[in-house]
Amino acid sequence: MNPVTDSLQLQLNEQGQLRHFLTTEGLSCELLTDILNTADSFVDMGAQSVKKVPLLRGKTVINLFFENSTRTRSTFELAAKRLSADVLNLDIATSATSKGETLRDTLWNLEAMHSDMFVVRHPNSGAAHFIAQHVTPNVAIINAGDGRHAHPTQAMLDMLTIRRHKGAFEPLKVAIVGDILHSRVARSQIHALNTLGADEVRLIAPKTLLPTDVDSLGVKVYSDLGEGLKDVDVVIMLRLQLERMQSAFLPSQGEFYKLYGLSRERLALANPGAIVMHPGPINRGVEIESEVADGAQSLILKQVGYGVATRMAVMSMAVSGQQTQAQAQSQENNQAQADEGNR
Amino acid sequence: MNTVIQGGRLIDPANDIDAQLDLYLQQGKVLAVGEAPDGFVADRTIDAGGQIVCPGLIDLQAFLREPGQTQKGTIASESGAAAAGGVTTLCCPPQTQPVLDTPAVARLIQDRAAEAGLVQVLPLGALTKGLEGEQLANMMALKAAGCVGFSNVGAGVASAQTLLRCLEYAATHDLLVFVRPQEPSLSSGCAHDGAMAMRLGLEGIPAVAETLEVSRYLLLAEQAGARLHFGQLSCERSIKMIEEARERGQAVSCDLAVHQLLLDDGALEGFDGRYHLSPPLRSEAERAGLRAALVRGGISALCSDHQPHEASAKAAPFSVTEPGMIGLQTLLPLGLQLVEQDLLQLSELVTLLSVEPARILGLDRGQLGVGASADICIFDPEQAWQLDSQTNVSVGTNTPFWEQQLQGQVSHTLLAGELVYSR
Repeated sequence: MNPVTDSLQLQLNEQGQLRHFLTTEGLSCELLTDILNTADSFVDMGAQSVKKVPLLRGKTVINLFFENSTRTRSTFELAAKRLSADVLNLDIATSATSKGETLRDTLWNLEAMHSDMFVVRHPNSGAAHFIAQHVTPNVAIINAGDGRHAHPTQAMLDMLTIRRHKGAFEPLKVAIVGDILHSRVARSQIHALNTLGADEVRLIAPKTLLPTDVDSLGVKVYSDLGEGLKDVDVVIMLRLQLERMQSAFLPSQGEFYKLYGLSRERLALANPGAIVMHPGPINRGVEIESEVADGAQSLILKQVGYGVATRMAVMSMAVSGQQTQAQAQSQENNQAQADEGNR
Repeated sequence: MNTVIQGGRLIDPANDIDAQLDLYLQQGKVLAVGEAPDGFVADRTIDAGGQIVCPGLIDLQAFLREPGQTQKGTIASESGAAAAGGVTTLCCPPQTQPVLDTPAVARLIQDRAAEAGLVQVLPLGALTKGLEGEQLANMMALKAAGCVGFSNVGAGVASAQTLLRCLEYAATHDLLVFVRPQEPSLSSGCAHDGAMAMRLGLEGIPAVAETLEVSRYLLLAEQAGARLHFGQLSCERSIKMIEEARERGQAVSCDLAVHQLLLDDGALEGFDGRYHLSPPLRSEAERAGLRAALVRGGISALCSDHQPHEASAKAAPFSVTEPGMIGLQTLLPLGLQLVEQDLLQLSELVTLLSVEPARILGLDRGQLGVGASADICIFDPEQAWQLDSQTNVSVGTNTPFWEQQLQGQVSHTLLAGELVYSR
C-alpha cells in the first residue's frame, strides 16, 4: 500500500482537483501552491469595502465541532459567509468514550439536510478520514483538526504567512518549537514545508514531547533551543497545554520556559529578520515572552487574518472539486444508460 | 458408528506420519491407521481424496464473548466458527462478564459448549480475583471445574509481590500460567509506537510495553519455579528472552497470533479500524524478526486470537474502535500462507497448530495414533475461497481478510468421531 496514493485517492477527484481537505500529506507542490495563490487573492479582497464573493451561493456549510475552538470556528464561519454560503454551527460536546455510531448518525442526519460541506473538528485522529471514506463521501469534508493527526488549513495559513513575508520557500530554515508529540499543527506544517521545498525543517523539544521516529519525516531534531534556532528564518512556537505537567511530560512551566521559551535573547540567535509565528492561543510566559509575541518580528495576529483567506480558498476549491466529480459521475451514468438503451 | 476416512494424505507429525493412509474410527477413537481391521464395516465413508487429513486444530486463544458480551458472539456461534475452521479444541480467556474467577462461570461456559457440541472448550481461569491483580483466585477450585490454565490476560498485576505469590501458588500445584504481556501503563495507545503511528497521530504502544512484562514474568517465574506460556506475542525481543530462559532450563513456551506474521503497521494507512489490534501490528522490521523466530523454531504454537465484535464496534475513527479481529476460520488458510511463503513445511504447520498446543496444555490430543480421540481436520490446501457473509459463521465480520481470496478450505471437521462440520 502506498501512503501517498492512498490519501490522494480520498482527497482528490478523478481530475486531480481537491474534493476533501483532510491532510497536507501527499498533496503535490502544485496543488499546495494553487491553494496559496487562491488564498492570496482572497487576502486582497478582505481589504476591500465589499468583502463577499458568490462562489458558494446557495451552498450549505456546516461547522461541526466536537472539540471547543472559538478562533478556528469563527474564521471558518467568516470564510463561508464571505463566500456567500449558508452556515450552520454545531458544537457537539463529546467525551473520549463516545461511540462512532453517534458520529455516523449525526453526520447522516446532517447529510439528509442536503449539506454541501462539513467542516469537522474532532478529538480522534482519523475522524475526518473516517467521515470522508465511510460516512458522507459526497459531502466535501474540511478537516479543522483531528486528534494529533492533522490541521491542514492551519498549516496552509502558516505557509501563506511565510510566503507573504519571506517569499520563496527554498532558502528557508524553519524551526518548530515545543509540544510536537500532541500537535496536529506541527505534523501538517512539516508535510507542507517539505513539499513546498523549504531548505530545512527543525524540531526543537525535549524527548518527552517528541513522537517516536519523527526523524522519518525528513526533519532535524534538536533538544537545545539555542542550537536549534541558529540561522533560522522562521520560528513557529506551539501552544503548550498546561495539563502536560500533570501527566509527567514536563516538570514545571517554569523549567519549560527556561529551556524552550522564546525570549528576546533566544530570538537574537536566529537570523536577523526571522519571523515568529504561533497558531494560538498563546500562553505568555510559558512558551513565548510577551515582548516577542507583541514584537516587530511577530506575525501572530497577521496569521489570523490569513486564516480567513486560506479557508475561503480550500472551501471554494473543495466544493468545485465535488461538483466536477458529481458531473463526471452523472455523465458516466447517462452514458451507461444510453449504452444500455442501444443494446 | 464406524467411520472410514479414505484416500487422504494423513499428516500426523506426533507419530511421524506423512503418507496416503486411510483412517478407521470407532466409538470416537482412532481404531486403525492404514489397513482396515478385520471385520470393520464402515457406517460412514468420508472421501478425502486430494485432501489433507490431520489432527483437529487446537487454538490456544479465542474469545467466545459469553457470558457478558453476546452482542459480539456466543459460545454456540463461535463454536460453529471453530468447527468450520477445523478447530476441535480451544482455550477461552477469563475476560468474561462476570470474570471467570468462580467454578460457576467455568461450568457455565463448558455446559454451553457441550450443548453446542461443536468444539471442546477449555477455559482459562483468572489468576487474580476479578482480574484486579490484588487477591489470588481460587485456582484449585477452578482447576477442578475444568480450567486448564490461569491468566490475568492483559490486565496486569501491579504489585511484584502479589505476582510472585500468584506464581508461587501456581508452582505449588503445578498449574500453567498464561501471560498476554502488556504493561498497562504503557498500553493506552492503539498502534505500534513507530513512524506510522507518529504520522497518523495515533497514540503508540511501544514494544517495551510487551518486553518489560515478559522479562518481569520470566524473572518472577524463575524465582517461583512456575511454568509459563506467553501468548499472542508481537515482538521478536520477547521471543529471544523466552528462548534464553528455555536454555537456562525454565519451563516456558510461547505462541503468536498467525496474523502477526502476515501483517504489519503499514496496513494502518487510511485509518482502517479492522487493523486496530491488541497487541498492535508492529513494524515491518519487527514482523521480519517474528518470521525469523518462527523459522528457527522459537515459537511453540500459532493461535487465532479470535475476537469477534458487533459491526458498530469498528465503525468509528480508528482510536475509538475496539481492538481485535476474528480468526477461527482464517487460522488454517493464513497458516497455509506461511507454507506457501516457504517459512514452514506443511507438517510443521500442523505441529504448530495441534501437536504443540496439545503438549503445552498437557492434553492427549493433537495426534491420530491408535486409541487417540478422533478429533480430525480434513482440508484441501489448494481450494480457493473467501470469507464472506455466505461462509462466515462467527457473529463478527471484523477481519481485514473479509472478502479476500484465501487458499485452503476445511471440508470436514470431526470431534471425537462426530462430524461437526462438513462443507
